[in-house]
Amino acid sequence: MNETLSKILGGKQGAIGLGILAALILVLLPLGLDPFRLGLVGKYLTYAFVAVSLVLLWGNGGILSLGQGIFFGLGGYAMAMFLKLEASDPVSTAIQSTPGIPDFMDWNQLTALPWFWEPFKSLPLTILAILIVPTLFAFLIGYAMFKRRVGGVYFAIITQAIALILSILIIGQQGYTGGVNGITDLKTLLGWDIRTDSAKYVLYYVNAALLIGCILLSRYVLSSKFGMLLLAMRDKEERVRFSGYDVSNFKIFIFCLSAMISAIGGAMFTLQVGFMSPTFIGIVPSIEMVIFAAVGGRMSLIGAVYGTLLVNAGKTMFSETYPELWLFLMGGLFIAVVMFFPNGLAGIYDKYAKKVPFLRKLSEESPKARKAETVLVETKEAGVKA
Amino acid sequence: MFDYSMAEIGNIVVMQAFSGLSLFSVLLLMALGLAIIFGQMGVINMAHGEFMAIGAYTTVFLSRVAETYGIVNYYFLFAIVAAFIVAFIIGYIVEFALIRHLYKRPLDTLLATWGLSLVMQQIFRSTFGAKEVSAVLPEWLMGSFQPTPDIDIPINGVFVLVLAAVVTLGVFLFMFRSRWGLRVRATVQNRVMAGAVGINTKKVDRVTFALGCGIAGVAGAAFTTIASTGPTTGSLYIVDSFMVVVFGGAASVLGTIASAFGIAQAQSILQFFMTSSMGKVATLMVIVGILMMRPEGLFASKVRK
Amino acid sequence: MSNTDFVLAVEDLTVSFDGFKAVDKLNMYIDKNELRVVIGPNGAGKTTVLDLICGKTKSTAGSIKFKNRELTRLSEHEIVRAGVGRKFQTPSIYENLTVYQNLEVSYPKGRGVFGSLFFKRSDEVVAQVRKIAREIMMEDILGMEAALLSHGQKQWLEIGMLLMQEPELLMLDEPVAGMSAKERDQTAELLNRICQNRSVIVIEHDMEFVKKIAHKVTVLHQGKILAEGAMDKVQANEKVIEVYLGH
Repeated sequence: MNETLSKILGGKQGAIGLGILAALILVLLPLGLDPFRLGLVGKYLTYAFVAVSLVLLWGNGGILSLGQGIFFGLGGYAMAMFLKLEASDPVSTAIQSTPGIPDFMDWNQLTALPWFWEPFKSLPLTILAILIVPTLFAFLIGYAMFKRRVGGVYFAIITQAIALILSILIIGQQGYTGGVNGITDLKTLLGWDIRTDSAKYVLYYVNAALLIGCILLSRYVLSSKFGMLLLAMRDKEERVRFSGYDVSNFKIFIFCLSAMISAIGGAMFTLQVGFMSPTFIGIVPSIEMVIFAAVGGRMSLIGAVYGTLLVNAGKTMFSETYPELWLFLMGGLFIAVVMFFPNGLAGIYDKYAKKVPFLRKLSEESPKARKAETVLVETKEAGVKA
Repeated sequence: MFDYSMAEIGNIVVMQAFSGLSLFSVLLLMALGLAIIFGQMGVINMAHGEFMAIGAYTTVFLSRVAETYGIVNYYFLFAIVAAFIVAFIIGYIVEFALIRHLYKRPLDTLLATWGLSLVMQQIFRSTFGAKEVSAVLPEWLMGSFQPTPDIDIPINGVFVLVLAAVVTLGVFLFMFRSRWGLRVRATVQNRVMAGAVGINTKKVDRVTFALGCGIAGVAGAAFTTIASTGPTTGSLYIVDSFMVVVFGGAASVLGTIASAFGIAQAQSILQFFMTSSMGKVATLMVIVGILMMRPEGLFASKVRK
Repeated sequence: MSNTDFVLAVEDLTVSFDGFKAVDKLNMYIDKNELRVVIGPNGAGKTTVLDLICGKTKSTAGSIKFKNRELTRLSEHEIVRAGVGRKFQTPSIYENLTVYQNLEVSYPKGRGVFGSLFFKRSDEVVAQVRKIAREIMMEDILGMEAALLSHGQKQWLEIGMLLMQEPELLMLDEPVAGMSAKERDQTAELLNRICQNRSVIVIEHDMEFVKKIAHKVTVLHQGKILAEGAMDKVQANEKVIEVYLGH
């Protein structure tokens, strides 16, 4: 197999794992669920982007960001701003005192579009903004913190504070941001109605494909020397530094990448759900997204997707019927995962899969064993070539 | 702000500064507990706000008991002690059941204590209801006095300030003048060595954690004199308290006081001239900005790395 | 300061922590291919000197020149890239990676973010890993997870990781601490082999071991040099016996 391809797929086991996931979200769920439930899954899958980004950043890099909601939100808002402008053309907003601007601006006595809304009249610029604004923001935070060797708990707390600041800011600046309600009543994308069932199917598939794309990209990063260095830094940062690496650059990069992946999820959320609000930015959503990754297994990209689906399905189920029980369960989940299952579902799978004959075949190469084996095989191959 | 005369602005500043002092007192009490725990074991207790709520609910509960017996004027000092003890005991149990297993994984502690805070909030909600409740305050805590006709200083604010000062002094004496404090500091500086000279470091950890929680309980008792308590009250203060601790330089009592003062005053005064949320945003942004420039906080001592 | 032929020239190096001078106007010169051992009682400033050279601690005053290049203003990774390798007191390896990966991570290519993303495991890399693995007697266990190694093997692995970088100056902080007698001998042989084409500074307490490897010995005491020279001369020095060896 081509080396790069094999890296992206993660060897035989990785390819099988990804195949099963793809079959589940691309075939089984769309076939088995009604459009409403499938819409919920689509929404959960946008959170999975954040969970995947946390596997990179936290699981592999050892950097816990409690502010991933910032990037999810920035991506989501960028998308929402574009859609809102499209929905606010002068004809449909003719009854406003200033037609042609979003309704909430009109309610807040704004008479002109604020300058920072201007770029969102164009779709290409919006897509650029979705990808670049969160990444740039992450770069600024990362540069300031990692260059000064701030990490661990401090980093977690400061990212949390930034998430809080941003959510208060958005809620407070109602005229510019839609305030606590967020940006709502989004209707069309370049004239294409995103609220119809058929549009929802299309968006679901786009979202699923993007998610798998992000997983493949993350696989590549983790399987490269960069990925090995991430693990090395998590273990022994000093040693990496004294092996001639500028550790901060690596941390900044992985933080930026995780921000970009989260932002794609945010944008897809807006498209599928039809609104964006500050409730997805603050402290609570940001830390809940960490638990999605933790439940799936903080080291496992695919586990993160399952973790997200599972926790959210549970949340939807319980908060409909026993809202009180849900908070206990959620709290208990945080504690239990940390205390008893630090490697989440992926860890449990690795531990028990060997006992089931059918699964044993699939999981012959559990991560630990795999590392040793593939390296040996790879060295041998390389040796033969030489 | 230009609609006011200079004298009025002066009066506003004084009164806002005083309301800032109440916030300062609560933040200081919260942050002291956090700082002790963080400084001691590098553990961030995300459920710290809920320990404050425990203190507040204990006070509310006792005030109701006192009301039925008609002793509202006397229960409050007792309630402060009770708030401390209840929070201390629960903290002790939490350390034993949860925290001690996670000392080598500070980031995981963060997540586990967050889970704990969710559970505790739900317990408050199930026990005391989702609505905010307030304690019945003794008469001597109500009212205000007026040094000049335009300035109005509430007595409860003064009381909370005094309480914060007393607790701070107590913590200082405990940490730097008592045998226990010596053990705590020894454990912080060299855990292995402290163990080797016969200090039960596990017990030190447990008592320190419980003490931090107990002080949060006192913060909760103080809190009931200035606001009402709901299940999520604690979580509203948690980020601010973290900021106080980090900003003050985790290990310094003086730094904690100064940063609690600065943050509370900035918020309180800015909130008058801007909207309440923008005042908070501005304050937090300045803190985060400064922390990015000076990650070790304002008052960290130079340490040999 | 003028240029010299020395690989490392330390002059008037001083560092103080809150007034306490851990290293005080230290002068030290290391030749090409020299193996220098630094000894001295605890707290003499031995580890601090290494910290200063490799940039972990910033000096208060003085200069450190490596091949006539001033190091005091460089950051840690720049110093490493200039050709200075540093082994820590406790073995510092990546326990979650295999022996092979530990060595490969230390290979001095693909050190930038993008370089590492597109780093290809070329034949050259594999050959270098094998060569170093042979040197540190670990060729047969390349696939083993580093956490499973014995204490002595971990020390060797860290030395191997440094050798991957082909440093011109290698600094080892107590490389045989916690090793068995046999392992000590093997380490002495290893050090004698690897100083063939590079300079080495070793901090060590074990005098038997020092005798086996040292070209020259520097005795530090309270941040200053107490004596310097050949092992037998230093051992006979009365001041040295008094503050250190006599105990």
